[in-house]
Amino acid sequence: MEGASELAVHARPQAAPLLSAGVGWRRRAVNTAMTVLIGGAFALAMIPLFSLLFEVAKRGIPGLSVEFFTSDARGVVGGGGAAHAIAGTLIITAVAAAISVPIGIMAAVYLNEYGTGRLRRGLTFFVDVMTGIPSIVAGLFAYALFELFLGPGIRLGVMGSVALSVLMVPIVIRSAEEVLKIVPDHLREAAHALGTPKWRIVTKVVLPTAFAGLVTGVMIAVARIVGETAPLLVTTGVVDSMNTDPFNGRMQNLAVYAYNEYRSPGVMKQAAYDHAWAAALTLIAIVMVLNVLARVIYRRYKTEIR
Amino acid sequence: MLGTTKRRIEARQPRAETVGPTTAPEQAPARGARAAASGPAKTIEARGLDLYYGSFQAVRDVTMTIEPNKVTALIGSSGCGKTTFLRSLNRMHELTPGARVEGKVTLDGADVYAKGVDPVAVRRLVGMVFQSPNPFPTMSIYDNVAAGLNLNARKVPKAQKDSVVERSLRGAHLWDEVKDRLAKPGSGLSGGQQQRLCIARAIAVEPEVLLMDEPCSALDPVATLAIEDLTAELKSRYTIVVVTHNMQQAARASDITAFFNIEGSGRPGHLVEVGPTDEIFTKPRQQATEDYVSGRFG
Repeated sequence: MEGASELAVHARPQAAPLLSAGVGWRRRAVNTAMTVLIGGAFALAMIPLFSLLFEVAKRGIPGLSVEFFTSDARGVVGGGGAAHAIAGTLIITAVAAAISVPIGIMAAVYLNEYGTGRLRRGLTFFVDVMTGIPSIVAGLFAYALFELFLGPGIRLGVMGSVALSVLMVPIVIRSAEEVLKIVPDHLREAAHALGTPKWRIVTKVVLPTAFAGLVTGVMIAVARIVGETAPLLVTTGVVDSMNTDPFNGRMQNLAVYAYNEYRSPGVMKQAAYDHAWAAALTLIAIVMVLNVLARVIYRRYKTEIR
Repeated sequence: MLGTTKRRIEARQPRAETVGPTTAPEQAPARGARAAASGPAKTIEARGLDLYYGSFQAVRDVTMTIEPNKVTALIGSSGCGKTTFLRSLNRMHELTPGARVEGKVTLDGADVYAKGVDPVAVRRLVGMVFQSPNPFPTMSIYDNVAAGLNLNARKVPKAQKDSVVERSLRGAHLWDEVKDRLAKPGSGLSGGQQQRLCIARAIAVEPEVLLMDEPCSALDPVATLAIEDLTAELKSRYTIVVVTHNMQQAARASDITAFFNIEGSGRPGHLVEVGPTDEIFTKPRQQATEDYVSGRFG
């Protein structure tokens, strides 16, 4: 018990100097060292990104012109533009999204709201496997599927969309599932207590609450597949003229266009290379626009969940 | 070990307020029938109710009658099964995966768990208000109150919907505070207002019974008093069951009190005693009840 009174005597006089001693020099040194290290690591990670952006901008901007955006490459040598490729990318991506988004969101709803037991575990496993499918495999699958019905050598815009949706669906499912998990259970309980059938709880409470997150997830999946080259090479083919019908004939797109211009530059090499870089720059610009759009939509529609 | 008291409380006091013609048992929820617009509140009876989560028994052998047009308070220490029992009354207990109900729950004589009974129909007759206010964040105040109608796709003309919303908000003592901002989101209200909004939402579908799971535990004393006044007024039209940790609240705001207890951790909860509130708090029959209400444990 004497220790207690000693403590009582020592506690008060020593408290004041302890508190006013401040942070020792050693701690400050470690603090600075770690700040430098972490800042340096961040800068190191940013270097490839910025250097890439810089290079593409530097080499792509000379290739940009009004002609680039408005005319296709039909019948020209060295001149022409990539309007057909831009239109093709947008159309193929839009059709791929139209296929993937309903399938992906419905699968995510099943996995999160209804699934139990073996079927759910099996589905989750297969979705995880699908996220790792190489893109060329997806392309060959789409080609084989259409060849079955339409004969060999077939090339269609929609085949590219099918190949891209094979890549897109697992991403949509995964991100949608995460977003649906975030919707708190007490909202579902409140709707249950009002006597609402479960499917209507999903469509009228869960999905609207998760809307912003779902849109973001879809945008991310689209940004992922918009620059895929390999599957489109084997499915949509290479063509020089504008084609806006995905169900009829070959369709050019920016990724394949860039590849083609670089690989077979023809007679006027520099013009072709310029075109390739400009196409790459346009692709990056499209991805950037999609990302910004995703953020704007998220901020506008997000629901503060307390 | 305290013996369980299975008591059926006969209606000793005369039925106080409004009573309409008694509804015949055929109008019960057997085939998802809609309740009459302003029918009398119903009696709930539990008989030999056992509630399980998987293989773990949470509640053992509850038999009691919940009187119409009265506030019944369920009290007891944490984990003794009061909320589990409450949730079995509107078939919310079975939403938990693995949850199981054995025994009988009847709503005015009709078995709520009978084969062929649609749980959705039961929940439309027995409403629930939760511990934390949970208005739907994507909906405005107006849409929150009308959610019971919208979510069930009942095609209601706008004028009728307006009057339902106003009636419910007035009934929840919230109309004057929000009548100018019905289009604003429900999350912009204070805690007490949100809880009253949830009560308005629950009574908008005109249930017969209102279950309240610790409705005031997340609220400050002023808001608590407002909710208690509200339940005192609502009991004239609904049967109300309230789970509460707060003994003072049970003592001042309820007509009948049921005391639940648990024998030890891991054991199922059971009903010890049920009776008129002043009896339970002044001269209870069981020692465990006396110990609990006088604060000796729990």
